[in-house]
Amino acid sequence: MLNIPVIRWGKPYDSLEIDDVLHFATGEPIAKVSQANAGIIARDLRQVSKARDTLRQIPCSEIIEILKKAADLYESATLPIGDGTQTPEEFAHQQSASTGLPEHMCRHNMSKNSFVLRNMNQILDCLTRGLDLNILTRGYGIEHRGVVLSYQAQASALSAVLPSNSPGVHTLWLPAIPLQMGLVLKPGPQEPWTPYRMMAAFTEAGIPKEVFAMYPGGPEAGAAVLNASERAMIFGGTPTVERYKGNPRVQAHGPGFSKILLGDDCVDDWEKYLDLMVESIYINSGRGCINCSGIWASRHTKEIAQAIAEKIGPIEAKPPTDPEAGLAAFTVPGMGKAVWGMIEADLKEAGVTDMTAQYGERLVEQERCSYLRPMVVHCNAPEREIAKKEYMFPFSTVVECPEDQMLAKIGPTLVCTGITNNQRLIDKLTDATHIDRLNIGPIPTSRLNWLQPHEGSIIDFLFRSRAYQVTEEAQAAL
Amino acid sequence: MSPAESSAADIESLQKAAKDKLDAHAYEMIQWHFHESTGSPFWLEKKSGLNFDPLKDIKCYDDIKKFPLFEDEWLRGGPINRWVPKGLAGKPVYVFETGGTTGIPKSRMVIEDHWRDYENFSDTLPEKYFPKGANWLMLGPSGPRRLRLAVEHLCQYRGGICFCIDLDPRWVVKLIKKGWMEHLEEYKKHCIDQVLTILSAGHDIKCMFATPKLLEGLCNALEEQGKTFKDTGITGIFSGGTEFTPQWTRFCVEEFFGGPPEESGIYMTPTYGNTLMGLACSKPVTAEDGYKISYYAPQPRAVTEVVSFEDPNEVVGYGETGRVKLTTLTNELFVPGFLERDEGEREKPFATYPWDGVSGVRPFHETASATTVGVY
Repeated sequence: MLNIPVIRWGKPYDSLEIDDVLHFATGEPIAKVSQANAGIIARDLRQVSKARDTLRQIPCSEIIEILKKAADLYESATLPIGDGTQTPEEFAHQQSASTGLPEHMCRHNMSKNSFVLRNMNQILDCLTRGLDLNILTRGYGIEHRGVVLSYQAQASALSAVLPSNSPGVHTLWLPAIPLQMGLVLKPGPQEPWTPYRMMAAFTEAGIPKEVFAMYPGGPEAGAAVLNASERAMIFGGTPTVERYKGNPRVQAHGPGFSKILLGDDCVDDWEKYLDLMVESIYINSGRGCINCSGIWASRHTKEIAQAIAEKIGPIEAKPPTDPEAGLAAFTVPGMGKAVWGMIEADLKEAGVTDMTAQYGERLVEQERCSYLRPMVVHCNAPEREIAKKEYMFPFSTVVECPEDQMLAKIGPTLVCTGITNNQRLIDKLTDATHIDRLNIGPIPTSRLNWLQPHEGSIIDFLFRSRAYQVTEEAQAAL
Repeated sequence: MSPAESSAADIESLQKAAKDKLDAHAYEMIQWHFHESTGSPFWLEKKSGLNFDPLKDIKCYDDIKKFPLFEDEWLRGGPINRWVPKGLAGKPVYVFETGGTTGIPKSRMVIEDHWRDYENFSDTLPEKYFPKGANWLMLGPSGPRRLRLAVEHLCQYRGGICFCIDLDPRWVVKLIKKGWMEHLEEYKKHCIDQVLTILSAGHDIKCMFATPKLLEGLCNALEEQGKTFKDTGITGIFSGGTEFTPQWTRFCVEEFFGGPPEESGIYMTPTYGNTLMGLACSKPVTAEDGYKISYYAPQPRAVTEVVSFEDPNEVVGYGETGRVKLTTLTNELFVPGFLERDEGEREKPFATYPWDGVSGVRPFHETASATTVGVY
C-alpha cells in the first residue's frame, strides 16, 4: 500500500494524522495519505514568493517545452508517488477504485490532461491574446504595436481546493506553472492521484520540486489554503459559489447547469441533434459541470425526451473495469439514496414526467456503493422545480418553454449550446450575461475547445493589467 | 520512581489504593448530596423519584451506575440556587456558563471547586518552566467562563499576576455559523493584538494559558514580525481542547518552539476539562511516544471512563474506542455519569495516575459535524 506524504514546497512530510483512501467496492485501503494541519499551511504559505522567484529563473518558453515532456511522462511513464511508484495503468485503476469513475474514463481524463500540457503554448497564446509571455515574467514590456503595457502578478502561486468526484477539473490549474506561479493544491480526499502524479511528471521533466505544495486534509485544510492564498480556486456546490461571490481572491467553481436551447427555426429537425444531446448528458457519466442538465424547446419536448430516454434509459451499472461501463458509482455511503430521494420528491409535482421510468429502477444499491441510472425528465413548463436541478449522474430535464421566454428563465448556465440560425436569438444569447461559455450551432456542451477561457480567464485572475509609463528613452530601450 | 520503572505489581497496588480512595470518597459524597441537611434542592428532589435510596444503596463508586445518566439540559435555566448544597449555604457563589451562543446557556454554580482543581493542577506543573512567582497571560475566553477565573487563581496561587484579554467566544461561534470568515479572522487578530500589546509592555510574563488556535495565531503573528515564540520569554504553556491533537502538538513543538523543552526551553502541557469536571492532566507528551496525548481525570474529585457507544455502563477494553463518560464527585457538585460530546481510546493506569485515562480525544463521531469548534 502507498503512503502519500504532505508536500511542503517540494519536501515530503509525514503527518501523524493519516487518512485511508479506500476502494469503493471492497473497502480495502489503497493508500494512506498524510493529513496537513491548518497551521502548517499558513506557515508554509508565508514563503510563497520563493516559488515564483524560482520559476521566474526559467523562461516561460522553456517551461512550455518542459511541459511537453511532462505530458508524455504523465501519460506513459512509471512515476514516483509517496513511498512507491505508479504506472499509468495503476493510476487509472487507483483513481477508479477511489472515485467510482470507470477505468476507461480515468484513462480518457489522463489524455485530456496530457493534451492540455502538450498544447500549453497555443492555450496561453489564446488566453493572453498573443501577449509576449516575457511581459508576464517581468511585469511590463512593449508589445508589437509599440505600446508599453504592464501585467502585474497578483499572487506568487495559484492555490486550488480540489474535489473528489470530478477528475476533469484538473486542466484548470495546469497553466499556473508555465505562468511562473507556484502550485498549492488541496486534493480531494478520494482523489489524491492526479495532483500527485502531475507533480511527479512536472518534476521528472525538470520543473523544480520546491514550487509545489500539496496539502491533503479535511475541511480545515481547505479553509486554511483559501485563507492564506492570494489567488485560489475552489470547487463546490451552489453555497460555496455564493459564499465566495465578489471575493477577488477566490474563483469558485460550482454546478454548471449547462443547457441546450433549440431555437424555433431548428426544433422541428430535433432528431438531427439527438446524438449531440445524448453525448452532452451522458459522457463522463454526467459528472461534469459541462454536462447538459436541461434541454429547452418550445415544442416536440415530449418526443425529444422520449427519444433520449430510449437511448440512455436502458444503460445498466457495470463494474468499473468493464470497458463498456458508462456510469460512475456514488462512493459516499447513503449519497445515491439521498439524491434519489430528492428526485423522487420533485417527480411528484404536476407537469413532471419521468421518461426513463419504463426502463426499470434508477437507484441501484450495492454493498458499499450505489449507482443512479440515467434519467430524462419532461417538464411542461420552466416553473417546475426539477427544471432547476443538476445531479452528479447522467440526468437532464427537457423543458417546454416558448423561445422568447427562454433566456429569462434558464438561470445561470455555464455552457449553453444554442441550436439556431436565427440571428436575433444568437444576438440575445451572445449578450446574456448569465451564460458563460456559448456554443452557437450543434456542438455538445461537453466538447470544450481548450483555446477558449473557462469560467473567467486565468490570466485575468492571476494578473492585473495596469498603466505603466516610462520615458521615451526607456521605452526605446525596451 | 519514574513511571517506566514502576513494576506491574507496583501499579496494581497503586491502582487498588486509588480505587479504595475513590470508593470511600464516592460514599462520602453521596451521603453529603442526598442528606436532608447538606444536599442541594435539586438532588433532594430527584431522590424522591429514584427507585433506590442513595444513602443506603450506594456504598462504592460502581454503585453510582444505579443513577440514570446525568442530562446537562438540567443545567439550563434557573433557579441556579437549587444546585447549592445546603451544607454550603451562605458561601459566596460563582456561576459559570457553557454554550449560550443562542438561547439560555447551561449554568454551573461554583464556590471553590475551580480553586481546588487548579491548585491540584498546579502541583503537576514543572517548576523549571512554570516558575513560582512568574506572571501569566490568559489567552482564552473572558466573560462568565470558569477558565478565566481559574487560570487567574492558578497564577495567583503560584505567586504571580495574571494578564487577560477580552474574548467573547459566543461571538466567535456566531461568526463561524454565519460564515463570516473574514470577520472571524479580524476578531482573531483583535485578540492577538491585545496579546502582543501586553507582551510588549514589559510585564515579565513567563507562563500562559492559550487555546491551540490562539497560540497558533500568536506564533504566526510573531513570525510575521520577524520574531519567534521564544522571543516572548514565555517558558510554560498550558493549553487544552479536542483540537490539541498529536499532530498539532508536534507542529508547534518542532516549528514554533524550535524543539522539545530540553532544547527550546519551552514546555507545553495539554489538558482536558470543562465546566462540569475539573482539569484532566496529561501524561508527558514526547516525540518518542508519537506525541500521544493521554488524559487522566483528577480522581477522586472527578472520574472519566471510556464507555461503549451502545451501553454507557460498559467500559471498553484498553486501547478500544468509546465515548467519554464523566462523573463529578465534589461537595459542590454531583454529576453521575454524564456522556461528554467527545470520544477517545481507553488508556491504562500508570504510576502518577493509577487509574484509567483516555487518549485521542476528539468530538463524538455522531455529533461531530454539528459541533462548532470556536476558539477553544
